[in-house]
Amino acid sequence: MTTAVAVPPASPRRRTYPTGWWGMVVLIMTEAMIFAGLLSSYFFVRAISPEWPLGHIEPPELRRISLFTVVLLGSSVPIFWAEAAIRKGNQRGLRLGLLLSFLLGAIFMANLFIEYEELHFGVRDNAYASLYYAITGLHGLHVFVGLLMNLVVQIKAWQGKFTASRHLTVEIFGLYWHFVDVVWIFVFSSLYVSVGHW
Amino acid sequence: MAVVEERPAEEIEHELEEVWEDAPGIPGFFATVDHKRIGMRYIYTAFIFFFIAGLQALFIRAQLTVPEADVVGPETYNQLFTMHGTTMIFLFNTPVLAGFGNYLLPLQLGTRDMAFPRLNAFSYWVFVLAGMFMYTSYLVGAPPDGGWFAYLPLTDKVNSPGINLDFWGLGVIFVGISTTVGAINFIVTTFKLRAPGMSINRLPLFVWSILAMAFMIIFAVPAVTVAAALLEADRLFGTAFFDVARGGSALLYQHLFWFWGHPEVYILFVPAVGMVSMMIPVFSRRAVSGYVWAAGSLVAIAFISFGVWVHHMFAAGLPALAMSFFSAASLVIAIPSGVLFFVWIATMWQGQVRWTTPMLFSFGFLFIFLAGGLTGVMVSVLPFDWQVTDSYFIVAHFHYVLNGAVVFPIFGALYFWLPKMTGRMLSERLGRLSFWSMFVGFNVAFFPMHVLGLFGMPRRVYTYAEGLGWETLNVVVTAGSLLFGLGTLLTVVAWVMSRSRGAPAGDNPWDADSLEWAVASPTPHYNFRAIPVVASRHPLWDQQPLPEAMSGDDEGTRSMGTPGALADETPITTGLDAGAEETMEIPRETYLPFLLALGLAVFFTGLLVEAVVVGVAGVVVATIGLLWWAWRTEADLV
Repeated sequence: MTTAVAVPPASPRRRTYPTGWWGMVVLIMTEAMIFAGLLSSYFFVRAISPEWPLGHIEPPELRRISLFTVVLLGSSVPIFWAEAAIRKGNQRGLRLGLLLSFLLGAIFMANLFIEYEELHFGVRDNAYASLYYAITGLHGLHVFVGLLMNLVVQIKAWQGKFTASRHLTVEIFGLYWHFVDVVWIFVFSSLYVSVGHW
Repeated sequence: MAVVEERPAEEIEHELEEVWEDAPGIPGFFATVDHKRIGMRYIYTAFIFFFIAGLQALFIRAQLTVPEADVVGPETYNQLFTMHGTTMIFLFNTPVLAGFGNYLLPLQLGTRDMAFPRLNAFSYWVFVLAGMFMYTSYLVGAPPDGGWFAYLPLTDKVNSPGINLDFWGLGVIFVGISTTVGAINFIVTTFKLRAPGMSINRLPLFVWSILAMAFMIIFAVPAVTVAAALLEADRLFGTAFFDVARGGSALLYQHLFWFWGHPEVYILFVPAVGMVSMMIPVFSRRAVSGYVWAAGSLVAIAFISFGVWVHHMFAAGLPALAMSFFSAASLVIAIPSGVLFFVWIATMWQGQVRWTTPMLFSFGFLFIFLAGGLTGVMVSVLPFDWQVTDSYFIVAHFHYVLNGAVVFPIFGALYFWLPKMTGRMLSERLGRLSFWSMFVGFNVAFFPMHVLGLFGMPRRVYTYAEGLGWETLNVVVTAGSLLFGLGTLLTVVAWVMSRSRGAPAGDNPWDADSLEWAVASPTPHYNFRAIPVVASRHPLWDQQPLPEAMSGDDEGTRSMGTPGALADETPITTGLDAGAEETMEIPRETYLPFLLALGLAVFFTGLLVEAVVVGVAGVVVATIGLLWWAWRTEADLV
């Protein structure tokens, strides 16, 4: 004989995010480890090298990438606007925020390609060059995936699928996009600032 | 309290089965997202790899039985030990534990599926395709031959020009996706899908162990992914990461590899310990002694495991200070392992032991783990390690911990949990026979390896000269390995025979305490008609009859009862104290996971054969799969 009991709902103070949000958080943890592994490799090779960059090759210019760093980090701000807007049910704010963020991300992405074109060294030249391309390339890939995700969220937003109470997709995407931006701070500091070539 | 339903139970259960059952035949096979089906598939597939790896081991032994033997040539020998190690680590141990985790976790937590059922299916398909990918190397006659850790410069393009190592490098990246995705699923399921009342201090120890394993995977696997990816970049695109001539570092590869490699040992060991910690209390007929100590030790092992990787590189010529630190950390890990050991001894001491087959395997595990742990302490001491590095002593040590302390619990778990999965008991007589054959065979095979190692026999050398004093012991080792192999086959016989002749298991054949034993055997597709309400660490012992939750009106309790099960829903609960929070819709069968995994397989094949078109095609298929998946996601229904 089984007995049935009524379960009281949890107090609102105890409530946290649903499964999808946590899934993204754990994915970000493991992704962060990939970048940590690559950046550790960078500093490992740098520590055993007689000079840096190796072979006296000219590293990319710090001035321009600083500008585009502001662009990329700035692309996180419209995501905050978009989230704040949809929490109040403001569809227009959501759409504009996502669109603006997409454009800023795309500009950063375009600069990456231009930079690759203009660099004086190729990926096979030496370990510095390989690491430089691997790390910026992997980050670029993450920006690209983020832009794809933005597209999906944006189409849904233009269709009006999100409401003030149901917009988890926006927040999950936001998490990922902020991660891509925060990782860039580490990449930027390691690959550009610490080499310091104005 | 009220009587649960007005309608007869059979009628409701019939209705539930219809809702939860997969489509019959091939569509259901490729589209299923049922954690039980996926879990069993994991176990079956992994065991196929287990026997392939076992066969490889027997060939290795055949070659080494007598001096100057000519059973296989040196090249085949290299391929044999490489694929034996790779298969056992990547394609048997890791996935078989994920299989048990997949099957048991939702049941032990009292829910209806994993947090991400489609990802679960995806991780299985990736695993099986990655396994096939690596074994395709045999079909084209080019199996990997650089050892299971593929050190440079042996494995660079100059010294290993063939396609062999690309199967290994790409396969490792590929199968890592499966492991990572599975770990994400385990973590979120554990924190968000527990039955109401199952607060974090009431988790079964197996769940604790899977949780610790999953966190280790999350932080460790990226390192091996990076190592293998950079290796493949060097090999395929001519980059210079590990090329010393162009400023790279071969030592860097070792660091990256072992930053994963050592936690990996505990990724395998910890869930096996979790299994033993479930079986010993049940067969000692008492609650586990020192639950908090055991759970704490599992977590402690997970942490410390990240501070010991350099002990694999003691002979690589690192600074003495660095090595001393890692030597000390390696000694420290003996403390939580020792605590666990005393937890098991105390449980048996204070209980009344029933000598069933799962208990025998657990008990055998204690002896083997003790021996493996002691040699572990020995090799963490620098001067000793320098003496035995790359000798047969190391082979003996890691087989004691990885074969003895992981495979024995897994075999015990087969006898313990297969009745829940198939509804039939396995033969106790065959089980005992299998255990004794494996236990004796194991020690006869692996103990003399310690001695051989101290006598100077190196690992990975395909033959040896006469008159070195190794002849007798090598014959003994081979005899032991045959006996061990025979023992494993006996379990397969018991497994197959149970399907037709096994006694019906009933709900709870072992009188166990955790929630998976509350449901029928084999488990019905819907797991729980109504979600159980937990008020104890040992619900089936302390809560008779086990209370079921009623469906309420709010988001959090709506799916607790049968109406939720009928609507494909399961409750989400709060992270620490498992209070009713929300309702989650469980996705229906879908081909998306299979499609996405297939896309990845095509992509890796493209890299392997260096065909841009194939690679791009794979990326396109995978991207379409991902976008489609993201498009259809139910996240916003939550």
